Amino acid sequence: MNEHGRNRTEEDRIRKLLQKSMPPIEAEPEPSRDLWPAVLKRLNEKQAAPPWFDWALLAGLVGLVAFFPTAIPVFLYYL
Amino acid sequence: MAEGTQTAAEEQEGRQLLTAFRHGDVAAFETLFRQHQRAVYGWILRIVRNPATADELTVETFWRIYRAHARFDPSRGFAGWARRIATHAALDWMRSVRKERELKMELASDPSALAIGDPAVSAEVRSKTAQAFQRLPPKLRIAAVLAVVEEQPHKEVAEALGISVAAVKLRVFRAIRLLRKDLEQQGIRP
Repeated sequence: MNEHGRNRTEEDRIRKLLQKSMPPIEAEPEPSRDLWPAVLKRLNEKQAAPPWFDWALLAGLVGLVAFFPTAIPVFLYYL
Repeated sequence: MAEGTQTAAEEQEGRQLLTAFRHGDVAAFETLFRQHQRAVYGWILRIVRNPATADELTVETFWRIYRAHARFDPSRGFAGWARRIATHAALDWMRSVRKERELKMELASDPSALAIGDPAVSAEVRSKTAQAFQRLPPKLRIAAVLAVVEEQPHKEVAEALGISVAAVKLRVFRAIRLLRKDLEQQGIRP
């Protein structure tokens, strides 16, 4: 048998060994519980959290006010 | 005739459901969740091979699905899109586990899983094979577990990973090669 053929045979053996070592999962597995409440909770948590750019904007404003207090009346004027 | 009318009505209802979901309707999302959670869970379990992790990643997947609702194209169907998001969630999990160096195989720590393997192959060889498999890069591992262990069609694996069928075959080939080298280093010749 040539090198290519030998490699092919060894690879087929590895495939079979893998299948024997890790048996396939049953046909129609089901989650252990209803996962909808967890999805809904996750959805609400994430929706409640402000996006990162809101925090960045707030940090920028605080920094601006701290370093340039004279800008406060200008901000108040535009609010 | 009535059956045909009913089918058309169902199709119309299905389209409306997908459109409502695309607009962020939570009730439509719940209906889709109920329809697809089992398939998504099963797909993830085939990849991660641990029921608790599959539960967690199913929740993560549906959260990602809802977050991406505006990008959903109803004409392309929900099942394939959900499977693709689930595959990427599982891949991210595999990468994070790898980063943490938690390379202990789930099966190796679960004697019942090893017990159901082929008795002709010793438990030690099966355990070492499973552990060597866990050491593979996640991109190769995910292709190999779906295509070789679960024997899913290459086309489905390719769609789930967002790559071509040829790329799936290449990843499986590379996975088998690396596994062979790893096993040889441990003195196992299959």
